[in-house]
Amino acid sequence: MITKFQVAYKNLLRKRVRSLLTLIGIALSAWVLVSLLGFNHGYETSLNKDIDNMGFELMLMAKGCPYEAATMMLKGGTGLKYIKESFMEDIAKEPEVEKAFPMLMSAVFDPNKGESGGIAGYFGVEAKSFAELKPSLKFRQGGWFTDVNAYEAVMGYEAAELEQREVGDKILMPDKNVEFKVVGVLERTGTQDDGTIFVPLKTLQKIFGRPDELTTIGIKLKKGVDSTRFEEKLYKLPDVQVVSLTQVKQTIMGLISTAKVMVLSIAIIAILIAMVGVINTILTSVWERFQEIGILKTIGAMPWDIFKLIWIETLILCTTGGILGIILALILSRVTDLVIRYVLPYAPSGGLVLIDLKLVLITMAAILCIGLLSGLYPAWKAGRIMPLEAIRGEVGR
Amino acid sequence: MSQKNISIEAINLKKVYLRGSEEIPAVNDVSMRINQGDFISIIGPSGSGKTTLINLLGFLDNPTSGELYLGGRSIFNHAKPLSERELTKIRRETFGYIFQNFYLIPTLTVMENVMLPLTFYRKPGTENEAVKLLKLLEMDHRKDHLPGQISGGEMQRVAIARAMVNRPEILLADEPTGNLDTKRSAEIVQVLQELNRNVGLTVIMVTHNQDLARHADRMFEMKDGQIRQID
Repeated sequence: MITKFQVAYKNLLRKRVRSLLTLIGIALSAWVLVSLLGFNHGYETSLNKDIDNMGFELMLMAKGCPYEAATMMLKGGTGLKYIKESFMEDIAKEPEVEKAFPMLMSAVFDPNKGESGGIAGYFGVEAKSFAELKPSLKFRQGGWFTDVNAYEAVMGYEAAELEQREVGDKILMPDKNVEFKVVGVLERTGTQDDGTIFVPLKTLQKIFGRPDELTTIGIKLKKGVDSTRFEEKLYKLPDVQVVSLTQVKQTIMGLISTAKVMVLSIAIIAILIAMVGVINTILTSVWERFQEIGILKTIGAMPWDIFKLIWIETLILCTTGGILGIILALILSRVTDLVIRYVLPYAPSGGLVLIDLKLVLITMAAILCIGLLSGLYPAWKAGRIMPLEAIRGEVGR
Repeated sequence: MSQKNISIEAINLKKVYLRGSEEIPAVNDVSMRINQGDFISIIGPSGSGKTTLINLLGFLDNPTSGELYLGGRSIFNHAKPLSERELTKIRRETFGYIFQNFYLIPTLTVMENVMLPLTFYRKPGTENEAVKLLKLLEMDHRKDHLPGQISGGEMQRVAIARAMVNRPEILLADEPTGNLDTKRSAEIVQVLQELNRNVGLTVIMVTHNQDLARHADRMFEMKDGQIRQID
């Protein structure tokens, strides 16, 4: 017994090159689609993870500090303004606050960084509070600073790799000519912490001549506190601005939304092209087999049988193309990740293209729906071929 | 084959085609009866209407007027021609067709081509019919070959097996030897003759070859849309 599936499948092999080209078109569309959906999913997940790893919900910073500074801070940027350290005590007293964390970011030009030098970021923190803030941080070697005024440094994984430093080694802060002893090297976190050099807050304040100043106070709120209301309260402090990390997230998402729309448009165009390709391939194949289809009707095929036969051909093309596209997307996700990272203004540290089972199933469902739609017209046309017209060789098209 | 008595009776059958405003009667007032087990041949020059007639007798087309009976049952109703679905049902239950151009599916093997009708419709008891037919038609050694790998005569044998796989009562053969040489043509007509004699199959064959047509029990000639039996 030969099934309709076998007949349809064998027919696709008749014009191998044409079927292959159609298949490639569908596979490329599926690749674009799954990568785009994976990007939408992955970017947000990684961004959320980055923000969760910050350990706090609000950042208090100096007024006039550009709003994008929040983004720059996430990246360890520079050009920040300063607030008074005394705000820390005021904020810590507030009943809504679970914990407040002082931070001072400084940056110096390092002529040895990269080919033509670069900015080296130093992060002044209190070892005790910072460890509470980020309990997930683990040491590959050593531990936190021994004293709040020590000239000691804890290096992020990548920073240590780049500088080739281990516990016990010295590092020189360029420009300031100050030497630090490396007391700890962190495990890889997949966040910007990997590239950061942490030093005691007091020491950094002393080096940069800002003994009572901070760049940022990170505020962790108690559970159930309305952060918007508390933000209003914070604005009573002089010359400050509050950035909520939800806001940061929204800003970043806003920045990439243009890129997303562009990629989505490309995906839609790719899918439409693939769809037209499928219709063209199947329709051409129907016309080429005009007489054959008519003969199938004389040997007992009902219009619905012919419709199914042609539809199965479309489904075989779309399913195979869809699976190939998804495999391609999985294999090339790292490359896609790098390309997107290069194009976007800001990219979080985790994987940008996250393709999971749910996404694969959604893409397959979408490709199959598109396939079924593409096959409708050719299948309907084939079902209407009259055996007599076919036998006479009349092209009743 | 079925033991049913399936005869075809045409009374004043007419098929008119329109060419612009001009009416062309391809089949003009044809009356004839074909009994179960008959082997008839229809000859005639090109354009005489023989293919149009076989298409009407094989329910591939609706006549313009006249009466058509299948097994005593009136099938054609001038007021309400049969739909393609209804024609298909009648065709697949009663008829088998073979054509000059074989129309085998090139991507399917000989066996698959023969079994193809069973994909769409299967009469009970036809499970091993394809194997039996290929053996009967001496094509079983070629069952795994593709149509492109066999000769024209062999292709027509495969087409006959395909037409026979659902055990039709009537086999319609429209110029079945038109693409074959004399030797192969004689072989094919012999096959049709054997099926008619051994299995009781009704055979209606259209041909332009008088020598082959003489193998039939009754011979008809078509001219200008009209038919007459040749003694």
